Amino acid sequence: MIPSDLHYTKEHEWVRVEGGVATVGITQHAADQLGDIVFVELPEPGRKLEQFATFGVVESVKAVSDLFAPVAGEVLEGNPGLATTPEVVNSDPYGAGWMLRIRLSDPAQVGQLLDPAAYEALTAEG
Amino acid sequence: MVYGPHTPDDRSRMLDALGIGSVDELFDVIPPAVRAGPMHLPPGLTELDLMARLRTLSGHNRVDLASFLGAGIYRHHIPPVVDQILLRGEFYTAYTPYQPEISQGTLQTIYEYQSLLAELTGLGVVSASHYDGATATAEAALMTCRATRRERVLVSRGVHPQSRQTLATYFAGTNLTFDEVPLVHEGPAAGTTDLAALGRLLDDPERPVAGVVAAQPNVLGLLEPMGQIGQLAHAAGALFVAVVEPVSLAVLAPPAAYEADIAAGEGQPLGIPPQYGGPYLGILACRDPLIRQIPGRLIGMTSDADGRRAYVMTMRAREQDIRREKAASNICTNQALCALAAAVYVAALGPGGLRDVAATGAARATELAAALADAGAPRLHPGPYLNEFAIRVPDAVAVHRRLLHRGILAGIPLAELEPGVPALADGLLVCATECTTAEEIELFAWALRDELGSRPGVPAGAIGEGSR
Repeated sequence: MIPSDLHYTKEHEWVRVEGGVATVGITQHAADQLGDIVFVELPEPGRKLEQFATFGVVESVKAVSDLFAPVAGEVLEGNPGLATTPEVVNSDPYGAGWMLRIRLSDPAQVGQLLDPAAYEALTAEG
Repeated sequence: MVYGPHTPDDRSRMLDALGIGSVDELFDVIPPAVRAGPMHLPPGLTELDLMARLRTLSGHNRVDLASFLGAGIYRHHIPPVVDQILLRGEFYTAYTPYQPEISQGTLQTIYEYQSLLAELTGLGVVSASHYDGATATAEAALMTCRATRRERVLVSRGVHPQSRQTLATYFAGTNLTFDEVPLVHEGPAAGTTDLAALGRLLDDPERPVAGVVAAQPNVLGLLEPMGQIGQLAHAAGALFVAVVEPVSLAVLAPPAAYEADIAAGEGQPLGIPPQYGGPYLGILACRDPLIRQIPGRLIGMTSDADGRRAYVMTMRAREQDIRREKAASNICTNQALCALAAAVYVAALGPGGLRDVAATGAARATELAAALADAGAPRLHPGPYLNEFAIRVPDAVAVHRRLLHRGILAGIPLAELEPGVPALADGLLVCATECTTAEEIELFAWALRDELGSRPGVPAGAIGEGSR
């Protein structure tokens, strides 16, 4: 079930925009594909990210993937809970498993992302 | 069934795509002098003739020398139990297990190696293992860059020059750079890392430093102010890498005590004989928070489905087969047999035995220093040392060569180890271990006194010309 109020990337990140702040995580589909997630490496607050730049790493028992910033902006915070309980990315990817809050530098970039229907179509292709 | 992966047609299409005329052009960046040329091999020999030929060749080895050579590789007595265990077929013939968990015995020995080295260094994570001390040191420098996201490393000139060359090789073709921290030229701290220069090199906001690398003891055998070097590094937001000699850790403060973030070192002194070109053992250890930055195998202890003790390869996701170009290292192999030798050696000696080895070497070195000073060759530096030190010998290279003809390997001329450094031109770097005998020290002192013209003649019955 893909939440209808979010934006998505082809790299399987989701974005929730509230005010000028984007919250970013990875989708249930990505978490399922990775398997049990054991570590998430996130950037320090204050770091400036370009759109689609790598901002971190997610590591499961069998794979490691880069994380890509869906939108440009300044890192406000990483999810501190993931240091001790990275498994919430598997159990609650759209909630407690969020990864990053970014202050948007160009809100128009959100328009370049996939809407829920387009993302659903992407994952349906396999 | 065609086993050759590429047909001549495949090759010519690939060469066309690359726009080159021959495969050899791919290797143009390698200097011609070090490229393999055609081999002119003599005709084959019978086994009988071959054995005779090899006996003749091995007869040229000088095994009769009174050796005072160290400079990073040290002679120690190796208890026969080390070889007895190494020669077991289960260990001796095995390559790194690709289905690791089926080789519980191998994993257990690696786990024990890690545990023993963790105890010696005081650091929680030990990888098993790297090619040698030089590559482990270079990997440590790369770790500091990944961990801090900075691109500049400072390396003390007290770190072995071959390790610094290896570091330069590892950094070539990357955006990483390193600067060398000079040694103090004169005064009580002569020969150790210049702290004032280190401070200046660290104070460059445009080029922040990822890590500071210093050796204890340093390449001149001197003890470095590791605590102060570490404090300067940490104050600048850099990590601190200690390059250590493992036997010395039985008597010197371990890297954790002076807050090193990473320890690297040559593991040869732990049960591996000195041999030209290795194989040796690269030790690499770090504090727990750096665990995802350390390259190399890590074995963990856990329990299996039935609750029994079991060993696993852990943190695999850092490695090349999973992380590809973003792996912690592009070297995906280890020195398991040498790591096993180190583990058996340390376990066989125990904490007291290892302390005896280190302390006896230090005591012999003190006797050696006194005898050589009496013969007219005082130490080159005044600071404290453990079992290795430099002496002042005018025309050191020629004296070294003449002593060799008298059966004495008088360490190494510093002019060969560190060419072009005037302060070291008259130096011989010599060492002693528990293998050094009072007779060898006496012979060296007598011969050196003779060479220096302090007093002619050598004692009757001294070791002569050797087998040449």
